[in-house]
Amino acid sequence: MSVLTDTWLIFQRSMRQSLRNPFWVIIGIVQPFLYLALFGPLLIPIVQSTPGFPPGDAWQVLVPALLVQLGLFGGLFVGFAILAEFRAGVIERMRVTPVSRVALLLGRALKDTVVLLIQAVLLTVLAVPFGLRAPIGGVLVGLILVAVLGFAMACASYALAMQVKSEEAFLPIVQAVFLPVLLLSGILLPLSLAPLWLFNLSRVNPFVYVVDATRAVFLGDLASTTALVGIAVALVLAVVTVFWGVRTFQRESA
Amino acid sequence: MIHARGLARTFKTRRGTVEAVTGVDIDVSAGELVGFLGPNGAGKSTTLRMLTTLIVPTAGTATVAGHDLLTDAAGIRRQIGYVGQSGGAGPDCIVADELVLQGRFYGLTSARARTRATELIEQLDLVGTENRVVNTLSGGQRRRLDIAMGLMHLPTLMFLDEPSTGLDPQSRANLWDHIRSLHAEHGTTLFLTTHYLDEADALCDRILVIDTGRIVAEGTPDELKRRVSGDLVLVGAGEPARVAELAAHLPGSSDVVVDGAGVRFRVPDGAKVLPALMRELDAADIAMTSVEVRRPSLDDVFLAVTGRTLRDAETPTTPEPATAGASR
Repeated sequence: MSVLTDTWLIFQRSMRQSLRNPFWVIIGIVQPFLYLALFGPLLIPIVQSTPGFPPGDAWQVLVPALLVQLGLFGGLFVGFAILAEFRAGVIERMRVTPVSRVALLLGRALKDTVVLLIQAVLLTVLAVPFGLRAPIGGVLVGLILVAVLGFAMACASYALAMQVKSEEAFLPIVQAVFLPVLLLSGILLPLSLAPLWLFNLSRVNPFVYVVDATRAVFLGDLASTTALVGIAVALVLAVVTVFWGVRTFQRESA
Repeated sequence: MIHARGLARTFKTRRGTVEAVTGVDIDVSAGELVGFLGPNGAGKSTTLRMLTTLIVPTAGTATVAGHDLLTDAAGIRRQIGYVGQSGGAGPDCIVADELVLQGRFYGLTSARARTRATELIEQLDLVGTENRVVNTLSGGQRRRLDIAMGLMHLPTLMFLDEPSTGLDPQSRANLWDHIRSLHAEHGTTLFLTTHYLDEADALCDRILVIDTGRIVAEGTPDELKRRVSGDLVLVGAGEPARVAELAAHLPGSSDVVVDGAGVRFRVPDGAKVLPALMRELDAADIAMTSVEVRRPSLDDVFLAVTGRTLRDAETPTTPEPATAGASR
């Protein structure tokens, strides 16, 4: 099937590009690691002595959230790479070939997902000496959840980038989404601590469910409502963003 | 190879509707090297991008490489090669990788693509660049790489959008040689756009002159020059007024102007008229200090056809917007 071959070709190309320029991949892991090393220890006494935290110790509260943050924001910013290629005439050149339009999106998004998974595994492993303890099954489900989220965000990022077609338009939109989403997802501190109005506000943010679900699976609650809701939200996000991305690539001219 | 009727494209921008191309008819037969000449903003790139299926025409029909533009864009894409204005090789990719991948997009096997890439690297003088990163290549090398990518699948029809823009004179001349040999050795039909008069003149069998979205003149370079103004003859002489009088009586002469120490005038065939003129000047005992016959340039053609010089025509126009709308 041409779509699969083409996706694989684009995936390989994107992967080679990342391997030649690992700078951004490394930066991507440094930020959550800094949170882990420099913010994590601050949480330990707070979690122990403050009511209102979800179950688990500091690491079980923080690490899942950092993984979701990695997936969310790692995915959100990939659009810049495609804008650079757009400016260099690469996308236009590819569009004149018979290559599948869907592959142009999926090949790249899949590469981003693989890179994200590697970063996520690395972060999880690094968290163990700090004190993270979590069941393997839960960690695997959590990683898959984060991968699905990252894939969805990458598709969204590429779709948005190809619709606005300029870094000047793309950057403000991404920045405008970034901070409210971060603050309303319960990543830094869980929203179970929030006053009612803030808690209610966070309920419209789909990512908060994914954060809650990742925390739940890291504790081993794989079949709990929280986990299932989060998984469902991530899947819906993925489906919606893939549709949006595919439509954009099939419709917009280079 | 190309048959287009009434191709048109309008864009909706924030400033209103822009009619980039207002109805263009094009006929290109197999094996021709046709140039699309016009100032920036004339609609050349838009027309090219319609013909290469990058954007959908808002009106008109076309058949490209045997496939209908509106219903079988995929068929066209399998047949044509395209070299865009801004290149197309990933700046951070390896030369050989981009070539092989391009071949694979057209269904070539990995092995066949690698063989083909090696052939093209040799043909287009890129030996030694195979394992280099694209953005370390010189401008001329990058253009040749773009052309190589367009040729991977042996297209019978190639589109080149402003191929030598931004190149230094030596690279331009070199590129022209490669384009000419492509055409000569493989019989590839070539359709290129340019705003360089010398490029159109040097390369093309036939030129279509486009201005503000319409084709305003068409023909071989010589036909166009002959049709419009004729040759410019410049005579430096001691008695310009008398020379001017004689020149005015030459058959077919026009625009006789006394210009300082000389006279200039236009005549259909300067070379033929010159011997007779010199004999007359001699007989009238007028001393001639210099004589020059200038063949008209395409700038003259453009001026005669549109009323503006090419340079005047290149005033900032509304550029084609980035968000160009629906495609297939």
